[in-house]
Amino acid sequence: MYLRIDGIEKSFIDDRKENVKVLEGINLNVKKGSFVSIVGPSGCGKSTLLYLVAGLDKSDRGEIRVDGNLVTKPGPERVVVFQEAGLFPWLTVLENVTYGLILKKMPKEVAKTKALDVLKMVHLSRYVNSYPHELSGGMKQRVSIARALVMEPDILLMDEPFSALDEQTRMVLHKELLEIWRKTKVTIFFITHNIREAVLLSEEVVVFATRPGRIKEIIPVPTMKDGVTPDSVTLNTEQRILSILQDEIEKVLKEEMGDDYSFKTDHLHRGDSGDMGSHI
Amino acid sequence: MGRILLGFTIAIVVGLILGYFIWRYKLVEDTLGFVVTALQSIPSIVWFPLAIIWFGLNDFSILFIVTIGATWTMTVNATSGFKNVPQLYQRVAKVYGSSGFHFLRTVILPASVPQIISGLRIAWAFSWRALMAGELLGGGGGLGQLLEMGRSLGQMDLVISVMIIIAIIGTIVDNVVFSRLERNVEVKWGIRGRA
Repeated sequence: MYLRIDGIEKSFIDDRKENVKVLEGINLNVKKGSFVSIVGPSGCGKSTLLYLVAGLDKSDRGEIRVDGNLVTKPGPERVVVFQEAGLFPWLTVLENVTYGLILKKMPKEVAKTKALDVLKMVHLSRYVNSYPHELSGGMKQRVSIARALVMEPDILLMDEPFSALDEQTRMVLHKELLEIWRKTKVTIFFITHNIREAVLLSEEVVVFATRPGRIKEIIPVPTMKDGVTPDSVTLNTEQRILSILQDEIEKVLKEEMGDDYSFKTDHLHRGDSGDMGSHI
Repeated sequence: MGRILLGFTIAIVVGLILGYFIWRYKLVEDTLGFVVTALQSIPSIVWFPLAIIWFGLNDFSILFIVTIGATWTMTVNATSGFKNVPQLYQRVAKVYGSSGFHFLRTVILPASVPQIISGLRIAWAFSWRALMAGELLGGGGGLGQLLEMGRSLGQMDLVISVMIIIAIIGTIVDNVVFSRLERNVEVKWGIRGRA
């Protein structure tokens, strides 16, 4: 296995000085070149897990290995694409993309050629010398993806990268991300709270339970060979994940709103009984 | 003029370095940080008697109060500039393998530039005041001395003219140097549109 997450545990001290367990007994293996998503209710520790893999945070117990090497600190072989692009506003698009390469002591000219190639891949060749504020949210996120890809990372860690974007931009970026993934064969570890996004993009969806965060189920997403999955299959998987998550969502809501709250689902609408016979 | 430039430069450098340490180490923040806040509330001219005893009534004393007038403000501003660097930028830089001096140079410093510029501006105003006060009391030529001369000769026209000159120089520096600097950064960062 390429990425091995072994018995990870992590707690935080909260505002009331209480010890809160965020992650408990996380074991996960990710194959090289695969696209794995993690979904779960908010606050379930999925982002924390990503930070642990990135090396930005340290676990209390357990270990994470990438290609056999223990993760101890952040490094350019495990780059993160954050929810917000996080481009440096004082650098141009090109300088932002070459930031990591120049840090690796790559000659400027080589870095520039590489960066231009990657920027072409995300369709931003026209904005090479612009400053981040001149770009739209979607374009910023593209630059951020380009900045990550140019490092030729072993694993691309994505922390809800599209959740701040509007629906149209998100759809386009989904498509482009899949193309990039097929082209570069990079391993992608993708955090999201959007079930549809997870199902559309990844080969495997890891469903998280909350308080403490742990893996509830790992669901493979059936994909057709040509990469186009019929809507019914997607919808079915989505439903399955949603039904798994329902208990968890209810648990979170009860904690926030009080015990009498119940998360009711409408079984007529898109439930199994409302399937109109597509399973026949 | 040379006095203020030198004093101002020293103040900036010292302010940035102190600011760095206060930002970096909690212990320094709790100890030195508090002292700096206290020192900041002392008008720099109050240091003048001490400066005269230490250095004598000369240029060096004036340089000293010019420097000390600007240093603390610069320190406070640099500290808050460093503290307000978004976590996101720091995380991004670390992910790409930046650390140590490189991290400071490529992330922390540029990210706090807007705040540092406003620090410069206030520090400039403080050192300009300190310079005038110092010259007025200490001598060694300059506008302050001219003012003192006007007073002793009873030439109010000279006094008023010098006051106007002081105001004009202060305004010019603020408008030409600092405002422009600030605007450039703001436009580049997209905080403000191109005017």
